[in-house]
Amino acid sequence: MSGTFVGMPAFPEAAREAVRNPTLRGNLRHATHTIRAKRARAVGELADWAELREAGRRIKDHTLRHLDRYLEQLEESVTAAGGTVHWAADAAEANRIVTELVRATGESEVVKVKSMATQEIELNEALAAAGIRAYETDLAELIVQLGKDRPSHILVPAIHRNRGEIRDIFAHEMGEWGRPAPEDLTDTPADLAEAARLHLREKFLRAKVGISGANFMVAETGTLVVVESEGNGRMCLTLPETLISVVGIEKTVPTWRDLEVFLQTLPRSSTAERMNPYTSMWTGTTDEDGPRAFHLVLLDNGRTDTLADTVGRQALRCIRCSACLNVCPVYERAGGHAYGSVYPGPIGAILSPQLRGTGSEIDASLPYASSLCGACYEVCPVAIDIPEVLVHLRERVVEGGPAVRRGNKVLLKPAKGHAAERAAMRAARWAFAHPGALRAGQRLASRTRRLHPRTLPGPGRAWSGARDLPAVPPEPFRDWWQRTRGGKDGDR
Amino acid sequence: MNSRERILGRVRRALADVTPDQRPYEEAVPRDYLRAHGERTVAETVELLAENLADYRAIVHRTDAEELPTVVMRLLAERGSREVLVPPGLPPGWLAEADPVRVHDRAALTAARLDRVDSVVTGCAVAIAETGTLVLDGSPDQGRRRVSLIPDHHICVVRVPDQVVSSVPQALERLDPARPLTWISGPSATSDIELDRVEGVHGPRTLEVILLG
Repeated sequence: MSGTFVGMPAFPEAAREAVRNPTLRGNLRHATHTIRAKRARAVGELADWAELREAGRRIKDHTLRHLDRYLEQLEESVTAAGGTVHWAADAAEANRIVTELVRATGESEVVKVKSMATQEIELNEALAAAGIRAYETDLAELIVQLGKDRPSHILVPAIHRNRGEIRDIFAHEMGEWGRPAPEDLTDTPADLAEAARLHLREKFLRAKVGISGANFMVAETGTLVVVESEGNGRMCLTLPETLISVVGIEKTVPTWRDLEVFLQTLPRSSTAERMNPYTSMWTGTTDEDGPRAFHLVLLDNGRTDTLADTVGRQALRCIRCSACLNVCPVYERAGGHAYGSVYPGPIGAILSPQLRGTGSEIDASLPYASSLCGACYEVCPVAIDIPEVLVHLRERVVEGGPAVRRGNKVLLKPAKGHAAERAAMRAARWAFAHPGALRAGQRLASRTRRLHPRTLPGPGRAWSGARDLPAVPPEPFRDWWQRTRGGKDGDR
Repeated sequence: MNSRERILGRVRRALADVTPDQRPYEEAVPRDYLRAHGERTVAETVELLAENLADYRAIVHRTDAEELPTVVMRLLAERGSREVLVPPGLPPGWLAEADPVRVHDRAALTAARLDRVDSVVTGCAVAIAETGTLVLDGSPDQGRRRVSLIPDHHICVVRVPDQVVSSVPQALERLDPARPLTWISGPSATSDIELDRVEGVHGPRTLEVILLG
C-alpha cells in the first residue's frame, strides 16, 4: 500500500482489500495481541490507575476549556526562555513557516524525529517542493520513508511490514538516500537496526536543523517534552543548531506537576513499559547545550473546529498512546492504511473527520469504521468516550447539522448515499410508535425466514455488502416471552 | 488579523458554551492518585531501582566510595575503551585509576569527534526506583545532553540513597524545569521490527549503572 491519502477510497473498500492480505493480517494480529497483553500487565502494576486516568481526563478537559489562556501563557514562557513562537492556522501556513525557517538557515536538509503533526500537514512533501530533504530518523518511519509507503500505526508505523520486506527495502533504497546498507544484510532485527544506525548516524552528526513534534508543552514553564525509545529524538533535539517543533495546540498542559500523570500513563498505555527508554525535556534554549535557536510552531489545522463541537471536543484529550488501536477488532483486521489518515484506528475514526470535516468519501465513512464494542474507551488513559463520538459523527454524516469549519459556523448537508438509512430510520420510528404493526411485521418476518435473501436488494445492498444479514429468529422475542415467562407469571 | 489572533479568536468562540471555571487550578483537578506505589524502606527502594534497571537491560553494580575508582577502571577495561569522555564537573577521584585517555567535553568538540570516544562517565540528578529511570539535568558532573548520547557505552554513577526517589511524582518535585532534562530507562532500544526488542539504535548500546553508597 502506498500513495497519498488524497482521493483514498472510503473505509469499506480499503478495508475489503486489506482483510484479503494474509501477511498484513498475520503481522497485525501478532503485534496487536502482543502489545495488548503487555499493556494489561504494565497497567496492572499501578493500583491507582483509575485515579491517574481520571486526573489525566480532568487536566486535559480543564486545559481545553481555558485553552486561550494557556496558549498565551505558553507563548510567554517559551519566549522568556529564549524560544520563538509562531502560530499556524492551517497546514499550508505551518509548512510555509517551517520552510522559511529552514531556508533562513541556508540548509537544504533536515533531520526529523517522528511527529504525527508534521505528517498530518505533509511537511516532508512541502519541504521537498522547496528543495529541502527531510530525513525521518525513527526506525519505523525510516522503513516507511524508504519504502515510499504510509505509516499504518501511531506507535509502530511499519507494523504492516515483516523483517524480509524491511531487509529488501533497506538493501534497495538506502543507497538512494545516503550510506547504503551493508552487502550482506540479513533480515534479523539486530542487523536491520544496525544498518539503520550506520545510515542515520552520518546524517545526525552533520545536521544543522532538526524538526520535531512534542508529546506535551507545559504552559507554566514553557517546557516541551518528547518521549521516545531509540535516541533518534535526542539526536534531533540536541545536535542541530536550529530546532523547529511543530505541535498541535491541544498538546498543552497547565503545570509542570501535570507531567507526573502523563509520564505514568503514556508509556504504560503505548509501549507497555514502565517508562520508555528516553524522555527529553527542554525549556527554550540553554547556552552551549543543544540548539542555539528554538522555534515553536503552534498548529491549529482543524483543532479549534473540533473544540467547537461539544461532543467531539473530547478527542482533543488524546495523548497518541495508540492503546485503542491495539484493542480494536476492526483495526486488527483492516490495518491502518484503510483509515486514509495519519491517525488510524478508533481515535483516527473520530479525530480525522473532525480535523478535516466529513466532506470527503473517506472522512464520511470513518465514523462507521467501528463495531462500537467499546474496548477503545476502556483502555483510553484519558477516558475519551470514542463510541459516543462515533455515534455523534454518524448522526452528523446522515442528518447533517451545524458545525464549525475553519472557524466559521456552517450548516452541513446530509452526506450523499445515506438516503436509504434515513428512510429506514424513519420507518423504524413509525414502527416503534405503532406496536400492533411492529408485532404483525415481526411475525410475518419469522414465518417467511427461509425465503429471506443473504444480501439486501436495492439501496440496502451497500449495507449488506460489508456485513452478514442477521438471521431472523423462528419466533419474535415478544411471542417467546409471552409463551414462556409470560404464561408462568400469568400477568399477560 | 494575524494567525495568532485568528486562532485565539476561534478558541474563544469554540468555548462560548462553556461556563468559565473560576476555581484555582489546584482545586480543578483531583490528585487522589498515589505519590508512590507501595510502602518500602530506603534499602528496599534502592533494591527496587536495581531490579527495574536490570529488567530494562541496564547492567547494575554496587560499590562504595573507596572502591569506586577500581570499579570504574575495571568496567572501562572490560570494554577495551581507549578514550573516555569526561563532563567538566565529574569528581576527579572517580577516574583516578582509569587507564583510558580522558577527553574533556568542551563546546568546541564536534559531534563527529565525540563519535570516536568509546565510553562516558557521568553522575545523575535523580533516579526513580519504580520505573528504573535515571534523570540527567546537565549539572557539571553530567555534562551536556550529547555526552550521554553519542558514545556507545555510558557509565552512570548514582549516589544511594540520596539521589533515589520512589516514583515519577517525587522525581518531578526535585527537578528544575529550566534545565535541559534527559530521562534514561535502560539502553537505547527499538521494537519496530516485528516487535522484537533490539538494544542500541542511536543512543548507547550499553548502560552500566553504579549504585554508590
